[in-house]
Amino acid sequence: MEVAALAQARPRFIDRRRARDLGERVGLFFAVLLALWAAWESSRWLAESTGLSVGQFEANDRTMPHIHAIVGELFEPSRRNGPLLIDVLWDAALFTAKEAAAGFILGALFGFALGVALAHSGLLQRGFLPYIVASQTVPILAVAPMVVVWVNPRLPDSLKDWGAVAVISAYLTFFPVTINTMRGLTSVDPRALELMRSYASSSWRVLWKLRFPAALPFIFAALKIAAPASVVGAIIGELPASIQDGLGGAILNFNQYYITGPTRLWATNLIAALLGIVFFLVVVATERVVVHRAPENVA
Amino acid sequence: MSADAVVSLQGVTKTFGDGAVTALESIDLDVRPGEFVSLIGPSGCGKSTLLRIIGDLVPPTVGEVTVNGKSARQARLDREYGIVFQDAVLYDWRTVAKNIGLPLELLDWDRAKRARRVEELIELVELQGFAEHHPWQLSGGMQQRVSIARALSFSPALLLMDEPFGALDEMTRERLNGELLRIWEASGSTVVFVTHSIAEAVFLSTRVVVMSRRPGRIAAVVDVDLPQPRTADTREEPRFFELVTEVRDRLREGGLDEDRTAPGEGELVLGEGPV
Repeated sequence: MEVAALAQARPRFIDRRRARDLGERVGLFFAVLLALWAAWESSRWLAESTGLSVGQFEANDRTMPHIHAIVGELFEPSRRNGPLLIDVLWDAALFTAKEAAAGFILGALFGFALGVALAHSGLLQRGFLPYIVASQTVPILAVAPMVVVWVNPRLPDSLKDWGAVAVISAYLTFFPVTINTMRGLTSVDPRALELMRSYASSSWRVLWKLRFPAALPFIFAALKIAAPASVVGAIIGELPASIQDGLGGAILNFNQYYITGPTRLWATNLIAALLGIVFFLVVVATERVVVHRAPENVA
Repeated sequence: MSADAVVSLQGVTKTFGDGAVTALESIDLDVRPGEFVSLIGPSGCGKSTLLRIIGDLVPPTVGEVTVNGKSARQARLDREYGIVFQDAVLYDWRTVAKNIGLPLELLDWDRAKRARRVEELIELVELQGFAEHHPWQLSGGMQQRVSIARALSFSPALLLMDEPFGALDEMTRERLNGELLRIWEASGSTVVFVTHSIAEAVFLSTRVVVMSRRPGRIAAVVDVDLPQPRTADTREEPRFFELVTEVRDRLREGGLDEDRTAPGEGELVLGEGPV
């Protein structure tokens, strides 16, 4: 049966294409990395050799450290006779990752629940959406100290301080999830809804069997925005909470000593960026496993 | 109304826009057990709307609808019918097997019982080897077979079909026509079938209900006395052509506007827009 043979042949063809795609991606990643490195170094070299300056800005080791100096700094002691900077930052990144992960999960769950509620009630949507939007126009730096003051006293000892930071991180996470959940749940094919009606399904069943799976590509698109945002939220949240153990603490610390050691701040920023990318990739990998949609339906 | 009718419509009228448009007017129709009834008519005659009224997917403005002796609403709540749309409307995150088993999941069948039934259905619609495929990996004809299997999964006494083969090419359509008749005979269910193809209606049906242009009314009912079972040869018989001609004449009397027939379509196929 030729149709069956076609069906059998499909997986091998897809494997080969996936391997080629992966190779292309890795190649592209390194090509772009190289190009960014070249752009950084060449613009510094150009500014230095021509003596050209933009306003007060002057290119030198303080304003634009060499990339190799930034990366090299990671493998220098963080202070005299102290551990290597990379070890310090690794611990800080793990600490911040814990806050951000808790914040991300909290924010995603809250954002999803809010999205479901708003999708099911036009009244709620009209009533609350302006305030939800307003919540995101208030700078996180203005909100963070209040959250610490309110949340921290109510937390058990095991969650003290970092729990409050997780809440701040959740504050940045929930918004895109709410908006996309709402959109995803309400953009279901009307005929698919008619079908569920013909089966006399309860609206609870329609939510879990139809609306939620149909909304998953929308929700994952939001989670991809929210994942790096949760890291940013955690880093910023550490500042008013006076937490020294995370990347936020490290940034504050190295910022004070920028004049004497600019590369330490740059190296810390590099690690913070990598943490954001790791969060993003975890979401992408999860989407690959969870979402099985026609290629045209994947966001 | 005959007491044993599977579907009984009495004085069904449907208006849209606060009565500005009358889509259906005074429809009376009984469908008896085991019948295969086609609804055929020009664009906008309300035949798809009529099917949705039977399925309690839209309410009639006036009139009475009973399915298996119950109100249309009660019949829907009791899952008395299965429905197939023009597009397969499969959930693309579910495999073929899980799409077919969806109604059974909603009926809380246990996993083992469900798997057995799904296996039977896959055999019935001849999709062996595709159980674990996703819908987008199938052709249009195969997708529609999944949709039919899903509609039959819980063995409803009534099958409602809204131009199920309208989007398929002529050859696939004829093959699926044959398969549908085989399934109909095997399942013993009653079918109400909406189509805009005269040949399809005559080939499949025991009765063809010809509807007139807006407001949709029943212009004529043509009994199809072709012998069962019908095969590819049925399409060659003189009686088949006589019946096709009769249905076409009734359509013309019902006010079919020839200009509405889309150019390039076969002469037996009428133009059909969204209802």
